[in-house]
Amino acid sequence: MKIHITHGRIIDPATHRDAPGDLYIAAGKIVSLDQCPAGFTPNRVIDARGKIVMPGLVDMAARLREPGYEYLATLESEMYAATVGGITSLSCPPDTDPPLDEPGLVEMLKHRAHGREQTNVYPLGALTQQLQGQRLTEMGELHDAGCVAFSQANAPLTDTQILLRALSYAATFGFPVWLQPQDAHLARDGVAHDGEVASRLGLPAIPTCAETIALNTILQLVRETGARVHFCRISSSNGLDLIRKGKAEGLPISCDISINHLHLSEHDIGYFNANCRLVPPLRSLRDRDALQQGLEDGTIDALVSDHAPVDLDAKQLPFEAAEAGASGLELLLPLTLAWARQRKIPLAQALSRVTSAPANILGIGAGRISAGSPADLCLFDPEREWEVTPAALKSQGKNTPFLGLSMIGKVSHTLVGGFIIHEDARA
Amino acid sequence: MLNPQLTPEGHLKHLLTIEGLPQRILFQILDRAVEFEAVAHQEVKKVPHLQGKSVFNLFFEASTRTRTTFEIAAKRLSADVINLNIGASSQSKGETLLDTVDNLSAMQADMFVVRHAESGASHLIASHVGPDIHVINAGDGRHAHPTQALLDMYTIRHFKQRFENLRVAIVGDVLHSRVARSQIHALTTLQVPEVRVIGPKTLMPPMIERLGVQVYHDMVRGLKDVDVVIMLRLQNERMNGALLPSRDEYFKYYGLTPAKLVHAKPNAIVMHPGPMNRGVEIHSEVADGMQSVILKQVTFGIAVRMAVMSLLVHPSAKA
Repeated sequence: MKIHITHGRIIDPATHRDAPGDLYIAAGKIVSLDQCPAGFTPNRVIDARGKIVMPGLVDMAARLREPGYEYLATLESEMYAATVGGITSLSCPPDTDPPLDEPGLVEMLKHRAHGREQTNVYPLGALTQQLQGQRLTEMGELHDAGCVAFSQANAPLTDTQILLRALSYAATFGFPVWLQPQDAHLARDGVAHDGEVASRLGLPAIPTCAETIALNTILQLVRETGARVHFCRISSSNGLDLIRKGKAEGLPISCDISINHLHLSEHDIGYFNANCRLVPPLRSLRDRDALQQGLEDGTIDALVSDHAPVDLDAKQLPFEAAEAGASGLELLLPLTLAWARQRKIPLAQALSRVTSAPANILGIGAGRISAGSPADLCLFDPEREWEVTPAALKSQGKNTPFLGLSMIGKVSHTLVGGFIIHEDARA
Repeated sequence: MLNPQLTPEGHLKHLLTIEGLPQRILFQILDRAVEFEAVAHQEVKKVPHLQGKSVFNLFFEASTRTRTTFEIAAKRLSADVINLNIGASSQSKGETLLDTVDNLSAMQADMFVVRHAESGASHLIASHVGPDIHVINAGDGRHAHPTQALLDMYTIRHFKQRFENLRVAIVGDVLHSRVARSQIHALTTLQVPEVRVIGPKTLMPPMIERLGVQVYHDMVRGLKDVDVVIMLRLQNERMNGALLPSRDEYFKYYGLTPAKLVHAKPNAIVMHPGPMNRGVEIHSEVADGMQSVILKQVTFGIAVRMAVMSLLVHPSAKA
């Protein structure tokens, strides 16, 4: 299928391009930018007037809930939500049931996820068996099965000797390790930032030092082992400072934050809004502002949805008892745009945090628009406003702190490998 | 953010927390309680305010005193009272909190009095029930215990008449105390100029001074010239561990003894929400002494709870 996308505003964050132009697609790849190749006769012309044409989004953290939690969401529902959100590549943490700790499970997931016309799924393998933090998984086998990196998801790895060995072993083969820095002892029983709001509402708190202590430990182990570590879901200004110093020192590290932590703070918990029950917790306004700045200056490499569909029953509980997590696949793009608008960041720079930067960390060829790269694209109407309602969200998870809010920017077309996998006639 | 406790007209719809309630409503409750206090001295201790109404005491956590005083209060208002000790029934069979509430709502409940071990449980229930049902928080986790704070304010007003010239100290485990949080909001709303909290750093919530209190770790300094001393209960399970080394050491530094009490004003009153741990947070000589008003608190609790219930059902009528 040959596609000609015409009259769009083409933004390619990797090359800082932001200019009107045309795209020519054939055999699943972008064959030409601006110049019509000789003898090109498209099967389909997409008129992108008034729209932005960008690389499909790359989301480094989306839980698809398979295997094991199909009652919360299915691969079909969440993959569909991803396409509606303009996401063409995603990586999923290994916190499934059973966890992705053996090659057979990864192969099954890849088999289920890799129909031809779907978002590309890059699984993360479990770093330790059953995510129990005791015995290493067969990282080599898991890598061969398709795992792009190894992670503990939100499960603690409290034994520093095992952590040192896991990083050493991964470094032997150059496998990246993704870790969420949160000291399990300091975070024990906590559900909110240890600030004013937790004190007011009487919620057990997690101090910021839960993050900085874990970060300091891991950074020291990176120095010891040379392992490549990606830090998932930084939540605090102090944590960000440690990352900044580590990068300045030349350590092989990167990090991401979630859309929730980019826009919200502890105050959004309001009167116990369980949709704001997140891991790590939403922190102070000062922390939120530092994260916005850090994402702008590049200390934070990537912005992720941290998509975690949770069913209503698990959220309709007192705050402490409610299950943590928020749905986010369909909000990643509009919340990136909102951040860019608020801080007056050029779109080509802002969108790199959800395209080229995460693609680089994942080591995949996606996230850019250039001749020869896969035709994974997202077209969106930057003016169109829509309201976040349970009905508007395609994900089975309707749990988001942004419910009821208005978003600007709606995806009209999503293409993966040259196939149009989503098309919204109204957008 | 809309205050979930008030109707659009500004009347009290639920009583979930003292935080955010206007001073006018606090005084309305305290004034009405004065009138209800007289009911206890009548030959027939009943008024018809809640006749034909069903009050469900939903206690997901054990309590004797609070549940009993709510029950007496509702009965004196002529309501039908149904006591449910949920901990022992539905929850253990796996029914969710909101399913339990739905089932009881279907039995035409007019009011729920809720005690729950988790902060925010009453807010959750209030956001879920139909428009004609009122919810009173009888204690949720570490968050709030508004009727306790109101009866404490009633007691203070009874003995001190005014709030604007007082110095009040709250002593003990503020971190885990829903009572302390509600008292702090009530005292600051009623314009008490100086509210102090006294305790070790392990039992102080972070940034508690943002609620308008001064933090003291030295009890003698904290008690200096105060008009009211409020002691908090220390739960048994917190006495030996990582928060405190032992009950003896706690008593040494933070137990209220006659020797420490002399630093307060000579006419200072001593309060305690109960149940007391004698020899842990309070010396028997003080608990039973001249300055103690602890049993008066219990008596006043009935009138204050009557006032709250009647105000919810009849926001503008006189008592």
